[in-house]
Amino acid sequence: MQELQSAFWEAGRLLLTFDSDLTEIVFLSLRVTLSAVFIGCLIGFPFGAFLAVARFPGRTVIVVIVNAFMGLPPVVAGLFLYLLLSRSGPLGPLALLYTPTAMIIAQAVLVTPIVTAMTRQVVEDLYQEYDEQFRSMGLFGARAVPSLLWDARYSLITGALAGFGRAAAEVGAVLIVGGNINHVTRVMTTTIALETSRGNLSLALGLGLVLISLSLLINAAVMSLRGSAKRLAYV
Amino acid sequence: MNRTFTRRFVLAAAFAGAAAVSLGQAVAADMPFITVQSTTSTLNSGLYDYLLPIFKKEKGIEVRVVAVGTGQAIKNARNGDGDVLLVHAKSAEEKFVADGFGVKRSDLMYNDFVIVGPADDPAGVAGMSDVKAAMKKIAGSEAPFASRGDDSGTHKKERSLWKAAGVEPSGGWYRETGSGMGATLNTGIGMGAYVMTDRATWIKFGNKGDYQIAVEGDAAMFNQYGIIAVNPEKHPHVKVKESQVFIDWMLSPAGQKAIGAYMVDGKQLFFPNADKAGS
Amino acid sequence: MSTDRSFAGIARADESASTPLLPVSLEDVCFGVNGTDLLHDVSLSIGPGNRTVIMGPNGAGKSLLLRLLQGLIHPTRGRLAWRRNWTSGHSAQGGTPGGATGAMPSGAPPVSIVLQRPVLLRRSVAANLTHALRVLRVPRADRADRLEELLTLGNLQDRREQPARSLSGGEQQRLATVRALAASPEMLLLDEPTASLDPQATHAIEDLIQRSHDRGTKIVMVTHDMGQAKRVADEVVFMSKGRIAEFTPAESFFSRPQSEEARAYLSGQLII
Repeated sequence: MQELQSAFWEAGRLLLTFDSDLTEIVFLSLRVTLSAVFIGCLIGFPFGAFLAVARFPGRTVIVVIVNAFMGLPPVVAGLFLYLLLSRSGPLGPLALLYTPTAMIIAQAVLVTPIVTAMTRQVVEDLYQEYDEQFRSMGLFGARAVPSLLWDARYSLITGALAGFGRAAAEVGAVLIVGGNINHVTRVMTTTIALETSRGNLSLALGLGLVLISLSLLINAAVMSLRGSAKRLAYV
Repeated sequence: MNRTFTRRFVLAAAFAGAAAVSLGQAVAADMPFITVQSTTSTLNSGLYDYLLPIFKKEKGIEVRVVAVGTGQAIKNARNGDGDVLLVHAKSAEEKFVADGFGVKRSDLMYNDFVIVGPADDPAGVAGMSDVKAAMKKIAGSEAPFASRGDDSGTHKKERSLWKAAGVEPSGGWYRETGSGMGATLNTGIGMGAYVMTDRATWIKFGNKGDYQIAVEGDAAMFNQYGIIAVNPEKHPHVKVKESQVFIDWMLSPAGQKAIGAYMVDGKQLFFPNADKAGS
Repeated sequence: MSTDRSFAGIARADESASTPLLPVSLEDVCFGVNGTDLLHDVSLSIGPGNRTVIMGPNGAGKSLLLRLLQGLIHPTRGRLAWRRNWTSGHSAQGGTPGGATGAMPSGAPPVSIVLQRPVLLRRSVAANLTHALRVLRVPRADRADRLEELLTLGNLQDRREQPARSLSGGEQQRLATVRALAASPEMLLLDEPTASLDPQATHAIEDLIQRSHDRGTKIVMVTHDMGQAKRVADEVVFMSKGRIAEFTPAESFFSRPQSEEARAYLSGQLII
């Protein structure tokens, strides 16, 4: 109980004094996660839409695999990437291990299946609705994807947010491929893990509160976007 | 439509900007740096936060420490994912060099292990300085004991002490957490168990509860650190020059003095013992 | 109401289509799903000019006939022989492409359809039309002008930036109708377009239909509304249980229906 109380104090202190270490860590966290979400959407939106409209043998298998990968344990993703990026690994010469870039890749691996699966669902529903009308205009198959994606834009944001949540919350992947190096690859979640292992529970919890607040802020901002959209009947 | 489109555009631009900045960052590496594979207990002691800025200022080389479990640190170094290995598991280190992955192992510093326990001291070992006898008592009274159980230097040391005490620890009272030092302390304290920990971690630890050092001072609980350069013959990409600068400095009088100067709560945590003849 | 001038301004997207599309001959067309035939031996010739209204009790196959004409479905037996080959290009639901063969899809389908419930995109009114103009490959240079013409035609100028789905039912159907006219199709199919609209909205749609007809677009419409049929039809196709029961000029159909089913239908009796 006392820990929880002091956690709130810690969170407040950190935020109000703009603790420079904290600022650095927060910026890196945002950079890594937002980049990962960006990449995840870049791949996930068109891929998910493609899966929604295309019909080919093996499609169901791919859909099942994508859905399963939504639950890929971050530490497993991190481990796998470590083996790829290690100097002894196939991509060793790229010297990506223990850099923010490796962390972005790791998180993108976690985010992409989520965005893909949610995009597929949303676009599939939309496609069913628009199918006849589109076909009557000569628009079908892959050609319909851009129209569908744009029309689904507000629902796709939910997919992106889900991906963001997953990436912002994970620690296993970035810990292994980033190495939690001070001032280089230390992000919010790995700092929380570190401070916990140091027994600085209040500080760790305080950082956790900061992380949650950040997530709340971003979700609120996006929700307000969607809110106005709903009123405009765009959803 | 205009307003919402603008907002979306701004969001997209923000994403793109973040991506661009991150990529840019990956390219811009101004100061030369080396990567050191070390252990969580060393990191948690705060030694690196104290020592590395001094080194950086003197030699202009950034030292990036990846702190993981001992086993993982050695494995990483074997894979060439580090330029220097700095751990405290002498026989494993010697094997590392013997297998050709390290150039040479040098003694660097030592600290010691202690056994910490709850204030009510269920096994009655508080104040003892004979660790073997203390461990016999703990096993005898079946007081809970939390072990790291992760094959780390600390864990190997612990196991060797049990062996020396003639005890095979097993049963409900002996709990292997399979975790690092901090996590094991958290868990152990949470269940009122004795824990063997290195002094540095303990002094710095922030969640002591009512725990105190129960057993200390036995020469057998001596914890030796070694520093090794990763062998460029196995991994040509290793930064040989900068690594050697770092190792030389750590072993030099200046470095050794800095190690000894690190204090927490007025107590020295690490005792430099590099071979003055240049082991 | 909008002036005729705006409508006259709509140029054909593809004036190079020298051969007229019609007449189209349905030759022993059957359509079935899961082994059950829903259309039986439909043989019919639909020619240009006349406004054709398709009537019949529910389940007669009227909507299926429309969809065959648009290419949304293909016959399981028999074929559609158009005067000028065209193909929707996609593999439609059911059957094999028994329609036009060999021709490459070029430009917009010359046959467009207005469905019973308008399917509009989650965009503004103008954006819906712009999307259609793009998809139907109207030349880029013409799109801006055409958009204005269509908005004026549908009397939707004031609504152009409004989300299409927030419009009233009548306005949505107006939008769907002018959208169908975006690329000046040679044939306009309508599937009970005013079934759920009030008289004023109905009048607006019929007005659009009239103008399209005046411009030379072939109209084929399915309706249950007797009054509408009488207002619009030049000729009537009466269907029952998947077959063509009658195909006669409107006047004689309403005054002297020849088939048993037609008589029963017109007198309001339920036909099973």
